[in-house]
Amino acid sequence: MLENKGHPNRLGIWGWLGGGKWGLERYLYTLHRLTGLGLLFYFLLHIFVTSARAFGPEAWATSMGTVSGPLFVVGEFLVFCAFAFHAFNGVRLGLIELGFAIGNPIEPVYPYRTSVHEQRPLAIVMMVLAGLVVLAGGLDFFILH
Amino acid sequence: MRDQRLWTWHLLAGLVILVFLGLHMGIMHLDVLLGIFNPKDPHPVAWANVVERAKLGFFTVSYIVLLGAALFHGLYGLRNILFELGLGAAAKKGLNVTLTVGGLVLFVFGSWAAWAAGALAKTL
Repeated sequence: MLENKGHPNRLGIWGWLGGGKWGLERYLYTLHRLTGLGLLFYFLLHIFVTSARAFGPEAWATSMGTVSGPLFVVGEFLVFCAFAFHAFNGVRLGLIELGFAIGNPIEPVYPYRTSVHEQRPLAIVMMVLAGLVVLAGGLDFFILH
Repeated sequence: MRDQRLWTWHLLAGLVILVFLGLHMGIMHLDVLLGIFNPKDPHPVAWANVVERAKLGFFTVSYIVLLGAALFHGLYGLRNILFELGLGAAAKKGLNVTLTVGGLVLFVFGSWAAWAAGALAKTL
């Protein structure tokens, strides 16, 4: 991350949450952060819970017993949704970082246009794909089981 | 320069996570739809399935690679978010040390668990 010398984040946490005039992509950024933090929290717990497999079947059964029940199923589904969103939005961010789907450079002629509009189709495609994965997950979590 | 290099590693780690976590999610949570790597029991976390997967060296390696990539990606992302809150130099240094040491401890512990589970599975 580049240092932000001379331009401190004066808005603090509100600066992360407010989308301002930037629309959809700005809210995807906010959701990317929230899902990232949620996934990190789950992952750190997941390391300890699943490490029980190294101690044999009894330890594994005890560990799995502590994370079972309807509440945990719903919680795991939320983690699955967070994964689907974070993954597809991450692919979008990676593609944009590499210069894909942002359009060609244009002359700065008034009324100025931003590349945000050029990026929009990619954002929509990625969110549709994430939505399809979430639907497949919902089917597997709640209907087929 | 160091931050640009870490950012590149952050992106590469994201790619590794996309592949291995995608596979993990497919095995564990799309088990009915995909039906992969759960040979002994319909439930993915049944002990018999855990043992079968642990016997395959691929899973031991993939768990360790995923563990390292996810710890780096997640903790570096957390560091970037916290740095935006305008921390002082001492707080930044303390955060860097805490996240690095914490990440390494978790990596060693998780890698040991993956290796030990593989070794245990091969004796069963």
